[in-house]
Amino acid sequence: MDISKKKLEWIYTTMYRIRRFEETMLEQTLKGNSMGVAHTSDGQEAPPTGICAHLTDKDWIGSTHRGHGHCISKGLETDKMMAEVFGKATGQCGGKGGSMHISDFSKGMLGANGIVGASIPLAVGAALTAKLKGIENESVGVSFFGDGASSQGVLHESMNLASVWKLPVIFACENNGYAEATPSWYAVSAEDIASRAEGYGMPGVVVDGMDVFAVYDAAGEAIARARAGEGPTLIEMKTYRYHGHFHADDTSKYRKPEEEEYYKKLDSIKHFERTVTKQKLMTEKKLKSIRDAIEQEMLDAVEFALNSPMPDVSTVYDDVYVNYSNPIAGLR
Amino acid sequence: MTTSQANNPLGPGYEGVAGSEMRFRDIFRDTLRAEMNRDDDVFLMGEDISGGFDKDTKEPLDAWGGPFAATKGLVQEFGVERIRDTPISEAGFVGAAVGSALTGMRPVVDLMYFDFVTVAFDQLLSNAAKSRYMFGGQTKVPLTLFARSGAGTGHAAQHSESFYSMLAHIPGLKVVVPSDPYSVKGLLAAAIRDDDPVFLVNDKKLINLTGFVPDEEYIIELGKGRYMRRGTDVTLVGMSYTSVVCQQAADQLAEIGIDAEVIDMMSLSPFDEDILIESVAKTNNVVIVDEDTPRASMASEFAAVIADKAFDHLDSPVKRVTSPHSPVPYSRDLEIEFMPQPADVVGTVKKLLGRE
Repeated sequence: MDISKKKLEWIYTTMYRIRRFEETMLEQTLKGNSMGVAHTSDGQEAPPTGICAHLTDKDWIGSTHRGHGHCISKGLETDKMMAEVFGKATGQCGGKGGSMHISDFSKGMLGANGIVGASIPLAVGAALTAKLKGIENESVGVSFFGDGASSQGVLHESMNLASVWKLPVIFACENNGYAEATPSWYAVSAEDIASRAEGYGMPGVVVDGMDVFAVYDAAGEAIARARAGEGPTLIEMKTYRYHGHFHADDTSKYRKPEEEEYYKKLDSIKHFERTVTKQKLMTEKKLKSIRDAIEQEMLDAVEFALNSPMPDVSTVYDDVYVNYSNPIAGLR
Repeated sequence: MTTSQANNPLGPGYEGVAGSEMRFRDIFRDTLRAEMNRDDDVFLMGEDISGGFDKDTKEPLDAWGGPFAATKGLVQEFGVERIRDTPISEAGFVGAAVGSALTGMRPVVDLMYFDFVTVAFDQLLSNAAKSRYMFGGQTKVPLTLFARSGAGTGHAAQHSESFYSMLAHIPGLKVVVPSDPYSVKGLLAAAIRDDDPVFLVNDKKLINLTGFVPDEEYIIELGKGRYMRRGTDVTLVGMSYTSVVCQQAADQLAEIGIDAEVIDMMSLSPFDEDILIESVAKTNNVVIVDEDTPRASMASEFAAVIADKAFDHLDSPVKRVTSPHSPVPYSRDLEIEFMPQPADVVGTVKKLLGRE
């Protein structure tokens, strides 16, 4: 396997961090410690991890309503993420955004997004910036989106634009089989979303999204193409979300237990563990030490979030603009 | 049961009507059902309005029954042709609904969250609202859309908007805002039967509220407001959920001897100028309460009409109580600060009447 030991450790740490963040966050949301709507991505750890393993802080990603895994893969800190979900002043966005709008511009994270498909052109724009500045080799744009967003016009416009302008973009489709409760076999007219790439003059590849090594390889090739100025690629990663569309969604109403069991057997973290121990790339002892560290990190993140202050209500009026001379406050 | 003075959505003077106490969400669904039974051309489109399909049988599972379970059970009654789940393609299916309306059907579109309007905005503005006019009256667009608006549920900036003023700005489009179970029954039925495109904006905070609903079939004329409470000292103007806020404020004002009149606008385009002028002519003071942001808002529009047509009746400036000129924040305390509260209305009235 052509992955450094350090990178393997990063991959495992990232996947396990995503898994435990989502589980912890869901538990805290159901306890009432988070104040809003939260969408979990556990089960889908391989796509963001395998892609972001090739990226630096100078590369940009656009994310979705199911964005925690993208944030973590791009290096955001879980304590500030947890605090944001709890609506606290110390949160990544000061409590303004919540679960659906976590971002960190210092780390190349353009923000999770509540409108399906809305972040796709943002990553195209980031790639346009790179092209205009002549830094395509060090700054690509990655659009994460789901099978649901593949039905939005904005994806198709974005793919055409990126291809016409030969921009360094990766269209990273996480096909988890369901848009809310609607199965992709009902809502998507093609067998593979990746086949749509052909119409836009770019390569389209289908990858096992439960296999982080497969994602890593496909992403490596696509990102190398992008950095070399050869334009965009569409990667469709077939994956699965373990929990519902949002924290209170009951999947048993629209998914069969045998289907859920099938994907749990393909679990990307277990697959990673089996692979690296079998090939003697990492020891079980090392894997455990990573898991233990993450468990502690989650306890710390929850404690940090719980103990953080609520934002001052005066912050409602901050950051609507950079400069604005009229009062922002409501008429009261 | 019958309406009493204590709990009467029909307004003062309409006591003794037969009906029952119902949840907003239940009467909403019952009205959709009634309109679909009434007219075979009525059909419904939207994301997860039944929700989920069995992979083997291809039968609908009705797992969601629509956002907030608004359409639960309808797919069993009407089938997948008339309760039509869509891909996430707002521009596409709103445009298709306009096309279907232009060619003889009466589509009803569930846009889920009101914020998603903007994804389909071009179809609404350039096609739905303008087709009749620019084609010289050859055609009509009997299209109804509805979606959930409003802050207060921790849905953050992209799922909490109340910018119905943006829709009211569009000539050719009608906009209605129910505020209780009584008004949603009458307004939804009227919207579906109307031959113009009508957008029904449904504040999320209303969905689980209960209220009196008359048994009889009725529609509420588009463009009409109503009195929720009669008073003599000040007029409180509400729309959508702020009509509830106005009633709560009126209760608090009564405790300190201020007799407030409450108007629920119900329709934003067209809207009821007469009821505004009539009430202000009596109370001589007015406060308009709006959860939409204040610039170019319905609150501003109503204030302009009152200033123009009831100027001589005013004893004090026309006041507006609105959200700030900002997106909706996520964190709970910030959301509460964002939304107009009864205390804000009471404070404004006390200042206005020199009762501080």
